[in-house]
Amino acid sequence: MRRGIHSVCPCASCRYAPAHTDGMGRRIRDPARAVMTFEQFSAGSSFLHQADPRCKLISAGVLSLIFALCQHSCTALAGLLLSLLLTAVARLHWAAVLRRLLLVNSFNLLLLLLLPLTYGGAETVRCIWFDLSLSGLRLAALITVKSNAAVLLFISLLSTSTVARLGQGLQALRLPQNLCLLLLFSYRYLGLIHEEFLRLRRAAALRCFLPGTNLHTYRTYGHLLGMVIVRSWNRAARVQQAMVLRGFSGAFRSLHVMELRRSDALLTGGLLLAAAGLLLLELAPA
Amino acid sequence: MHISEGVLSAPVLISGSALAAAGTVLGLRRLDLESIMPTALLSSAFFVASLVHVPIGPGSVHLVLSGLLGLTLGWACFPAILVGLFLQAVFFQFGGLTILGVNTVTMAAPAVLCCYLFRRWLDKPGTRPGAAFTAGFLSILLSSLLTALALAFSDEGFLAPAQTVIAANVPVMVIEGFITAFIVGFIAKVQPEILQLRSAS
Repeated sequence: MRRGIHSVCPCASCRYAPAHTDGMGRRIRDPARAVMTFEQFSAGSSFLHQADPRCKLISAGVLSLIFALCQHSCTALAGLLLSLLLTAVARLHWAAVLRRLLLVNSFNLLLLLLLPLTYGGAETVRCIWFDLSLSGLRLAALITVKSNAAVLLFISLLSTSTVARLGQGLQALRLPQNLCLLLLFSYRYLGLIHEEFLRLRRAAALRCFLPGTNLHTYRTYGHLLGMVIVRSWNRAARVQQAMVLRGFSGAFRSLHVMELRRSDALLTGGLLLAAAGLLLLELAPA
Repeated sequence: MHISEGVLSAPVLISGSALAAAGTVLGLRRLDLESIMPTALLSSAFFVASLVHVPIGPGSVHLVLSGLLGLTLGWACFPAILVGLFLQAVFFQFGGLTILGVNTVTMAAPAVLCCYLFRRWLDKPGTRPGAAFTAGFLSILLSSLLTALALAFSDEGFLAPAQTVIAANVPVMVIEGFITAFIVGFIAKVQPEILQLRSAS
């Protein structure tokens, strides 16, 4: 199933070519393209897509801390509103965002079902056979609002950048160098290793492998993943040698110059002000 | 085994982040420029493994393989798991920024423990499958216990969801055990230096 194009370009998306070629019809060798299948939201041209990753990381950190710790429903609702606004500014596909929210809310659904039955507390409502706890229901609702706000914030601020840019931003924010390298390298090879896994699984499927609940399935998956690990290990050795050969000393020199524009400063200022407002709302006596 | 954002209380979040930071610093100390590349590629291999859904009855569970990550990387599995969870958060929004520390500790601490307990039993071919199975089983068991503890410490009302978390993970433990044993057996035959086995046989 391997096509000729692969020998030119390691990326998965080039097969469907024209969008990924430059004006002259040459294929763009962009490492970021290989993980395009995972990064659903990073392609776009909105204001948030173009904002500096450092600013976005800082404001996302501060805001999500407030979202996680707030106890009042009005703060949580205001936070959700802010996140919805940011998602609208990012101009993402609503269907894709909704699909993500559905997935994330499965745990909330468990809480919404369990907590009213098990939480107890003073306020209860008799409902046919069960005592439904109102405080449990309230807590589950608060958690649902908070986690949705946090997820939308994460999508609109962080998932609108590629991990390569985020890693660069983290490096600029003085996170340990080795941790940033670890992030950037695993991001870089993720798509390739995933493709290798898919190829092995396709080979297994061609040999009539049907996964089920039995030892044969576990043995097959074990050997398959073992092969994936062996191949990534050997790829790591080759990449390591190639990097050393080209004088890699542990630092990336990016062609993309990071400079703070006025719009970035305004965005960070606005979001931090909003965070301060949320904090006031939380601390104000009800 | 992810807890989503907005569930846990401040003390649990803070202590989780502090423990994760300490573990990550310890793990990063053991990484030099030469071992970063294998570690990074192993952590993306494990990210890929976490996309594998193994059917169980009518539903399916996804693999974690944190036990195997602990056996291969030791303390370095802390930064590797942190990176993997960050990537999952960016790509799929599982977990989030504030919860990253707690999720890292619940998965990486059992992995490191498994490394200390079972690493030496991998050298002999006789004890290898048993040790690998137990490492895979125990890492998930301890991870779900830690997750349940984090929930229970946050709010006493979370006891029932915490018990559900442990109960739901029992089949995952068995599957992880078998798959870890098969992977270790395969790697020991094909490329024993990944596991740094002393007697390569």
